[in-house]
Amino acid sequence: MIRVVDLVTHYGERRILNHVNLDIPAGETMVILGGSGTGKSTLLRHIMRLEFPTSGQIFIKNQEIFHMPEERFNLLRRKIGMLFQSGALFNSISVEENVALPLRELTQLEDSTIRIMTRIKLDLVGLSGIENYMPAQLSGGMKKRAGLARALAMDPEILLFDEPSAGLDPITAAGIDSLILKLKLAFKMTILVVTHELASAFMIADRITVMDGGEVIATGTPEEIRNSQHPRVLQFLNRIPEGEPVDAQAYLRTLTRT
Amino acid sequence: MTGVLAFFGRNTLGFLRYLSGLYDLSAKAAYWTFVAPFKGRKVKWDNAIRQMVLAGVNSIPIVSLISLFIGIVMALQGAYQLEKFGASYYVTALVGVSMTRELGPLITAIVIAGRSGSAFAAELGTMKVSEEIDALEAMGLNSVRYLVVPKYLALLVMMPCLTLISDLAGILGGAIFEVLQLDQTFRMFLTATRDSLAMRDITTGLIKSLVFGLIITKVGCYEGFSVEGGAEGVGKATTSSVVVSIFLIIFADVIFTSIFYYTG
Repeated sequence: MIRVVDLVTHYGERRILNHVNLDIPAGETMVILGGSGTGKSTLLRHIMRLEFPTSGQIFIKNQEIFHMPEERFNLLRRKIGMLFQSGALFNSISVEENVALPLRELTQLEDSTIRIMTRIKLDLVGLSGIENYMPAQLSGGMKKRAGLARALAMDPEILLFDEPSAGLDPITAAGIDSLILKLKLAFKMTILVVTHELASAFMIADRITVMDGGEVIATGTPEEIRNSQHPRVLQFLNRIPEGEPVDAQAYLRTLTRT
Repeated sequence: MTGVLAFFGRNTLGFLRYLSGLYDLSAKAAYWTFVAPFKGRKVKWDNAIRQMVLAGVNSIPIVSLISLFIGIVMALQGAYQLEKFGASYYVTALVGVSMTRELGPLITAIVIAGRSGSAFAAELGTMKVSEEIDALEAMGLNSVRYLVVPKYLALLVMMPCLTLISDLAGILGGAIFEVLQLDQTFRMFLTATRDSLAMRDITTGLIKSLVFGLIITKVGCYEGFSVEGGAEGVGKATTSSVVVSIFLIIFADVIFTSIFYYTG
């Protein structure tokens, strides 16, 4: 379904992704684990063609996405739903209008049909009754749920999540996780989740990919990752902080530097 | 020495890159406004009309008031000099021609740059920071079509209208002074105005206003789309859009005024 082949990308001089390879078959839930700044969100943005790489290819449904015209990729985009880190709801319109937007713009459906479909999606994410609220009136968890309802509006085959539990308390985050599980079981979508939350990852993933420094350092089932002997994977899983090098001279230099 | 050259070189390249980005955005907006409708991708008129009200109708009070004051000031300053030659009759022509050819479009453009140009930059910049623009693109909706074209159309329609209102207000401002202070009757004023103005004066002003509207939209939207770095970035973009708009407006003014001077 999604194949990333040898992806390399830079922001200016800095290399962010270094020969990343990934293969996600249809119906699988893949979680990309990694610390901050390891390139996970950048990878997701490339899959959505919001950015272009320095080199490498991405195939979605066996079509290479960086060489096709924008119009053709927009057709493919209708089959992909993405939940952004903060929900990315449009602040000037209500929740219902947010969820209905893709339906209104991309389909010829009647208004009444659209309204019903919107309510179905909102109910699916546990947000019935708040259709007329404006995004500013919602809590963080509700914004994410509304963003998810919007991502689901066009009944996508692929769902992308950018740090779905970010900024949420453990209970609300668990709620989002069980929502993802529910979608996975009910709709058999291909789901790609980028996160640094271990608990979420092991709960929802069919397979996990661990990234570090812009590279994939491990891929496998949750069991395989748990048993991995790679030092960075172990450090990540066991929450071992970065070591502080003990160098008295270097320390003295930082204190007395002009 | 090389430091100075490098400084100029870097800034010139930066400026050229900025202009090319502006041109790119203009081309895309022009495509979605004028070409795409013929290919079945209709323009979103309700958004455009909402923007027309926000940017145009709501600016009428401030534009009229400022133009009125400018008209009064022009009459005062003009009379101050012309009285010495016993030519205060020509104050009317001075105000009329200055407003229609130059000050009407220019003052309107500067007010709208401050009001709407900054609003465009702030709105789009905030959307960029909260990933709303990415979300729009991720849904397969073109951000230029949905966000820029309504604003573009709004100013294309509203700038000439506002300029005409500004012309009127300025000329009336001049009238207030002339009738009250220079012993002219209102009828004398009307005759003098009508005699001094040619259609050409009004139309050149309106052409300029269209160009100014284009500049304001493009710079405001480009600054908004280019925002990086959160709230501070939005603030910078808002300021920058006003400053750059005004600069480009005056630059375009020089060019167009010269063209109109030489082509009569």
